[in-house]
Amino acid sequence: MNRTAQRWVIGTVAIVVSFVVFLVPFVFIILQAAKDPAEAADLSFSLPTKWVIWQNLVDVLQSNDGQVVRSFINSGILTVASVAVMVVIAAMVGYVLQRKPGRLNPLINFFVLAGLIVPPAVVPTIWVLQGIGLFKTLPGMILIEATFGLSFCILLFRAFVATIPRELDEAAVLDGSGPIRLFFTVVLPLLRPVVITVILVQSVAVFNDFAGPLYFLPGADNSTVQLTLYNFQSQTLSQYNLLFMDVLLITIPPLILYIFFNRQIVAGMTSGAIKG
Amino acid sequence: MTATLTRAVPPTRTPKEQFKRGRRSRASFYPSWFYIPASALYVVLFAVPTFASFYFALTRWTLFDVTFIGFQNFVQFFQDPQLTQGFIHTFEYGFVTSAAKVVIGLALALLLTSPILGRGYLRAVVFFPVLVSTIGIGITFKALLDPFHGIVNGALGLVGLPQPGWLTDPNLALWSVAAVDIWKGVGIATLIFIAGIVAIPQEYVEAAKVDGAGSWKVFTSVTLPLSRPAMGTVIILSLIGGLRSFDLIWAMTGGGPGFTSDVIASVIYKQYQSGFYGLSTAGNVVLFVVVTAIMVPLSAFLNRKGKDL
Repeated sequence: MNRTAQRWVIGTVAIVVSFVVFLVPFVFIILQAAKDPAEAADLSFSLPTKWVIWQNLVDVLQSNDGQVVRSFINSGILTVASVAVMVVIAAMVGYVLQRKPGRLNPLINFFVLAGLIVPPAVVPTIWVLQGIGLFKTLPGMILIEATFGLSFCILLFRAFVATIPRELDEAAVLDGSGPIRLFFTVVLPLLRPVVITVILVQSVAVFNDFAGPLYFLPGADNSTVQLTLYNFQSQTLSQYNLLFMDVLLITIPPLILYIFFNRQIVAGMTSGAIKG
Repeated sequence: MTATLTRAVPPTRTPKEQFKRGRRSRASFYPSWFYIPASALYVVLFAVPTFASFYFALTRWTLFDVTFIGFQNFVQFFQDPQLTQGFIHTFEYGFVTSAAKVVIGLALALLLTSPILGRGYLRAVVFFPVLVSTIGIGITFKALLDPFHGIVNGALGLVGLPQPGWLTDPNLALWSVAAVDIWKGVGIATLIFIAGIVAIPQEYVEAAKVDGAGSWKVFTSVTLPLSRPAMGTVIILSLIGGLRSFDLIWAMTGGGPGFTSDVIASVIYKQYQSGFYGLSTAGNVVLFVVVTAIMVPLSAFLNRKGKDL
């Protein structure tokens, strides 16, 4: 009886604390997004006297000739394309690195770790991008995001390939499949759980990336959703309602991913993080 | 049909034999060219810029014009008190956020692996900020920490506590940002610790209890030592993130007031913005050296300890 009481007391306290600490900021965002400009400028935690959430939504989508809409499209393309590139090429490396012993493996592992630890050199990267004509272009940004995410993905894939029995490879080879078919039709489908984790984690990372597009993808036409926040903040000091509506809009895609794939994110990330 | 027929006739050497025959033929099923796409990207967009940064850090550089000036950028970096401050802040920020994430994350993980009410909800809510845009979080907390209208000072005022200018007081700004960083990132730490704790065989805990250990004793002599791999992962991930941190600082204070919340990453951006590309790159090299000098021995140490267990 004593134990049950304890469970309830601690649980209730934790729920109240978590509400104050973790949910109040999100409630604040929603309230601000529903106010008119004058009230929102107050930045106070209060209910709006008039709810203008729909009007704010329309306004934010129309501001700066629809920059927010354009940036959602840019961010969408950037996220999907870079994550697709990352998944395929990192899985190829993780697979071969785990399966094939070789003298170079320690060196490759070293480079993978270096990619995880070393901060990218910003201006020289711009210099290289200019050299190959990809600076300020979406394809350039896609390749940059793919490169910066590679190491993390390779580590996850390598750890997971170790759990797939080698006999499956042999069986596939017995059935006459070549190395490419072996990888794409036998191995890759077996990597599904970790592929899902990588897709979710990296989509959130790319979608939320701010520094990358800030440096490598300047210009209003190319702006990504994170940059619209930044621009909104500097341009429209009096329009806090639109700023917070933008914050709210940008929070929705990761929130949806999280609600649907909560379990996979958690499972995959922990297994990979502990083993890697 | 023909394909099946040819396959039915055993060739002189069956694929199985071929597979087993030797290193060379087995290796051909794991083609080395699978490395090529990834290494092409890695070399062109990561390795080349990193190596080039060691040269450009020694130049006055406008992207078109390069003048070699030796170590002047580094001299400037370490003589300018404002830039040196950024250097020190980077360590302070990295260590404080990382240490707090370890302690709070472990405490939360212990709480969330014990049978309490609303555990699923609590796990979800602690992890949720991890997914939200850092810039969005920064903007939100900038408003919440507003000295006059913000809810934090409002609440402090209600109970009669002092109401500091969280982001406007030079002595506080960096720590206010660090606190928000902890708030946002503690979910990852908690999650990793939960995974580590759940993986501990229950028999150990029971054996300890049979031997008469209380819950504190179980924690210090079973849970803590056995969640060491998780601890290592949390320390490494949060320290890498903390030392490289830029987004949140930029969104909340822009390095201000003055330069009191600047870290190396924000110095790099400021110098880039003002067109001092050589100096900015020198900052990058400093960050590179700092992060590597801390992370390489640390991760070697943590991994070795992990293998002892």
